[in-house]
Amino acid sequence: MQIIVYLIPVALFLGSLGLIAFMWSVRTGQYDDPDGAAHRILVDEDRPLL
Amino acid sequence: MTAAASSPPPLGDGCPSGLAPPSDPDRASNYNAFVRTASGTHKLSLNVTGAKCGGCMSKIEAAMMALPGVQIARLNLSNGRLEVAWTGPLDADDVAQGVASLGYGVSAFSTSSAEAQKQKEERGLLVAMGVAGFAAANIMLLSVSVWAGYGEMGEMTRRTLHALSGVIALPAIAYAGRPFFKSAFQALKHRNVNMDVPISLAVTLAFCVSVYETITGGEHAYFDACVMLLFFLLIGRFLDARLRRRAYAAAHDLAAMQNKTVHRLDETGASQVVRSDEVATGDRLLLAPGERAVVEIEIVDGHSDVDESLVTGESLPRDVSVGMTLYAGTVNLSRSLIGRAIAPTQESLLSDIADMVELGEQKRSHYRRIADKAVSLYVPFVHSVAVCAFLGWLLVGASVRDAILVAVATLIITCPCALALAAPVVQVVASGRLFKNGVFLKSGDALERLADVDYVVFDKTGTLTLGTPSLKDGPAPDVLAQAAQLARASRHPLSRAIVAAVGAGPIASNVVEEIGQGLEAEIESVVCRLGSPAWVGLSDVPEVSGPSLWFKHGESEPVQFQFEDQAREDARTGIDKLKAAGLGVEILSGDRPAAVSDMAERLGVEQWSAQASPIDKAKRLEVLKAHGHKVLMVGDGLNDAGALALAHAALAPGGALDISQSASDAVYSGSLSAIDGILRVSKRAKRAMLQNFGLAAAYNMIAVPIAVTGHVTPLIAAIAMSASSLIVTLNALRIGANNREF
Repeated sequence: MQIIVYLIPVALFLGSLGLIAFMWSVRTGQYDDPDGAAHRILVDEDRPLL
Repeated sequence: MTAAASSPPPLGDGCPSGLAPPSDPDRASNYNAFVRTASGTHKLSLNVTGAKCGGCMSKIEAAMMALPGVQIARLNLSNGRLEVAWTGPLDADDVAQGVASLGYGVSAFSTSSAEAQKQKEERGLLVAMGVAGFAAANIMLLSVSVWAGYGEMGEMTRRTLHALSGVIALPAIAYAGRPFFKSAFQALKHRNVNMDVPISLAVTLAFCVSVYETITGGEHAYFDACVMLLFFLLIGRFLDARLRRRAYAAAHDLAAMQNKTVHRLDETGASQVVRSDEVATGDRLLLAPGERAVVEIEIVDGHSDVDESLVTGESLPRDVSVGMTLYAGTVNLSRSLIGRAIAPTQESLLSDIADMVELGEQKRSHYRRIADKAVSLYVPFVHSVAVCAFLGWLLVGASVRDAILVAVATLIITCPCALALAAPVVQVVASGRLFKNGVFLKSGDALERLADVDYVVFDKTGTLTLGTPSLKDGPAPDVLAQAAQLARASRHPLSRAIVAAVGAGPIASNVVEEIGQGLEAEIESVVCRLGSPAWVGLSDVPEVSGPSLWFKHGESEPVQFQFEDQAREDARTGIDKLKAAGLGVEILSGDRPAAVSDMAERLGVEQWSAQASPIDKAKRLEVLKAHGHKVLMVGDGLNDAGALALAHAALAPGGALDISQSASDAVYSGSLSAIDGILRVSKRAKRAMLQNFGLAAAYNMIAVPIAVTGHVTPLIAAIAMSASSLIVTLNALRIGANNREF
């Protein structure tokens, strides 16, 4: 059972990475326009090659 | 309005997906007054209506970026705000015109600090929710190992896992619990008790007991329960905050549509464009024909006729001259007027209405929501049960430690997760449903008040009717065509009605308009007159129900044109639906009795009153209230604002004056059938809310005996809390389950 000595810190570390990413996304306003974000990926900004 | 504005926009405009129809270009407004400039960069915020899909977004943004000097153009599709930043000499009107010419509605938007505050609060709750969620998941990871290893796990391992849970829980509770601790502290300071008091007490006590248990090597620690409790409660809190901000933003957007500019005259007589909120008492203002007054003015120069249908409900224009007062909402029809801005409170009619609106708002703030009632029953119940459990166990000889453990378990398991989610989730789902159908709710408790309604009072002009007269059948086509040649030169609503009936065509030569009298012109060198009976030389004419005009061609016999204010297309079906639902319907109008009785008969409404002043309207509502009715008032004009504020619930159509929109609970766009739909959704929402509170109560009835008898382990608490929250949420989602209208 010695393995939990490593596994628990690893789990906590990964979890806190997720938490930090979440806080970053809230602070940078990524939840301000959910509808727009859904459509923005479909907007094709490239010009045609020919 | 210019000729271009009244013609329909060309095909292909507006939302390419067809989700929203193209909007008419905005009435003349000067956007330069709304530009914010900082270090050479100009910024403008616009409210764009009609943009619904990704195509709109790229179309608008591309058009903006194509303008010279534009650096940033970003449209927020969720709330319809377009932010444009540019450098150089670009005119703000061109920016707005760029959007309008694509077929979208556009209005200037000024950001408010209150909204920024609300957004900050909402973000704070979202982050707190994230922290609580993270902590809950990680502690649960450790707790599940403890529960799974029950009986096999060594004491040392268990204590380590408990200690680790505590280390995660402490900062999480300190951070995520702040909204509750703060509010509980505020309430206690004012010698009140709110829902946050038992929450704070349960979390703090459970945490302290768990720390003690961990140190002394006890079996049960409630760290997971504390954090999970906060997590569920924060979900409810976040939804509630988001709903309130949305409702606030909707109200604010509506106000932004009224963000208009006025022409102010300086000492030299030069006209200058300023925002309407910059106007001070005493300023000289120019009101051009076709323009709407946005502040109260007293006329100092000019003679014209004005359309006051939004103010008084009277559908016929009024003759005005020097010394008379124009209220906000009045439209100038024929000639330029110069007026002096006066303080709105000086005038009796307006100050009466303002008083009524204020009184109504006070009454409404005293409205007790179902959730408030539930909390006031719930808080003393939980506290006394916990205290009784503690004392009871002491009396039967348990140790203080065991008694405290039982009391804490009781507090935790009865804690109002389901109660906290019961109302907000229902409100979010119901208001989302209404929003999809073009209804903007302005407050959360509006749903509850709308659900109580059993009597509907309508204003006539502009609400049941289109608010503009239309020509009745009668005159011969050739006479009509001649009259139209005169009418095309005039802005008078009756002239416009003739033009609307005939269509485009030539204009007679030498048209002269005599205000309050009529028009004179020459058609093929024959003098023609269109106007009042006296204008065509008649003295004694029979009374007719609606407005009328007389037309005289040369020396021939004058011909009468009759007009009526047409009912909205679906007024009859909308009212029939309300009647079918068992609601009382009444018309309360400021218009003439003949016009009102005519309309009431056509719509099948038996109860009506005419020539009602704003005070009369409010009195009538008091009478209905005294008879035990819960009245829904539907109106659009300034004369309705008082009644709207005083009614149990109020609705305003999208074209209403801003004061009426702000005095009502919700604003609907489109047809009158929407009212029936709104009432049905509210009733369903209220039922779902009551069911949810019932479910929460049933849950407590099962949970309390288990807790008081000391059978609650942290495992049972975790299962019970999440199960009850889930059931309540699923029940609320049923409101939005089908795709029918409303």
